[in-house]
Amino acid sequence: MNMSNLVRSGANIMMPFILVYGFYIVVHGHLTPGGGFQGGAVIATAVVLLMVAYSRADVFASIPKNVLKNSETAGLLLFIGTALLALTAGIAFFGNWLLGAGSLFGTPVAFGINPGDINTGGIIPILNIAVGIEVLGAMGILLLVMLGGMKGDAE
Amino acid sequence: MKSALRIGILVVCAAAFLMAGLDLSFGTPAYTDMDDYMLAHGQEETGSNNIVTGVVFDYRGFDTLGEATVLFTVVLGAGLVFRRLGKKEDEYEYE
Repeated sequence: MNMSNLVRSGANIMMPFILVYGFYIVVHGHLTPGGGFQGGAVIATAVVLLMVAYSRADVFASIPKNVLKNSETAGLLLFIGTALLALTAGIAFFGNWLLGAGSLFGTPVAFGINPGDINTGGIIPILNIAVGIEVLGAMGILLLVMLGGMKGDAE
Repeated sequence: MKSALRIGILVVCAAAFLMAGLDLSFGTPAYTDMDDYMLAHGQEETGSNNIVTGVVFDYRGFDTLGEATVLFTVVLGAGLVFRRLGKKEDEYEYE
């Protein structure tokens, strides 16, 4: 059953801010408090907001069927793949093969207290993004599965 | 009589837990070698300003890989437990 127009309008307004905040926490995981797990959970709360405001059929219709499942798998594969690529650089599994290389996320970090540069950290931002993708998929699937297990309401 | 017994048991148990809790001292860990090393070298070795993220994704990457795998398994288990038996054609499925 849909909630009132007021609740739905509020959810529509809040939704982009929640998503942007979640992605900010994921991408800035190596600079500010937060990271993949926390940011993914924040993004998953957008799914909860959808559930609060809209009916079950609308929630299921607005989220494509396999996107959460695929994002969970892709996140885990990206995580393991990034860790495995360290072997090709001649260092151990999970070695930071992008650190200081000058390419993506490879700017040498300024030691000591500094305002922070998002282009540092080596593979840590990539692992953060991978975990964020995985956590948002996993949390979304959990919530949707539990919503799907509820008894249907008259619509 | 019965409620007095309940309250007595509650007081005794709470006192036991509080006694154990009051003995703790926070902020003065016994061994700080690892903390000092990570605070001194973490930024240099991981390239991450956030030392917590540096520890979680670099020093303890295997732990994080395990966490991600646990989350994956949790979703598999939840999809198994919450699957709909005898579902109709038009119903949404997530498994």
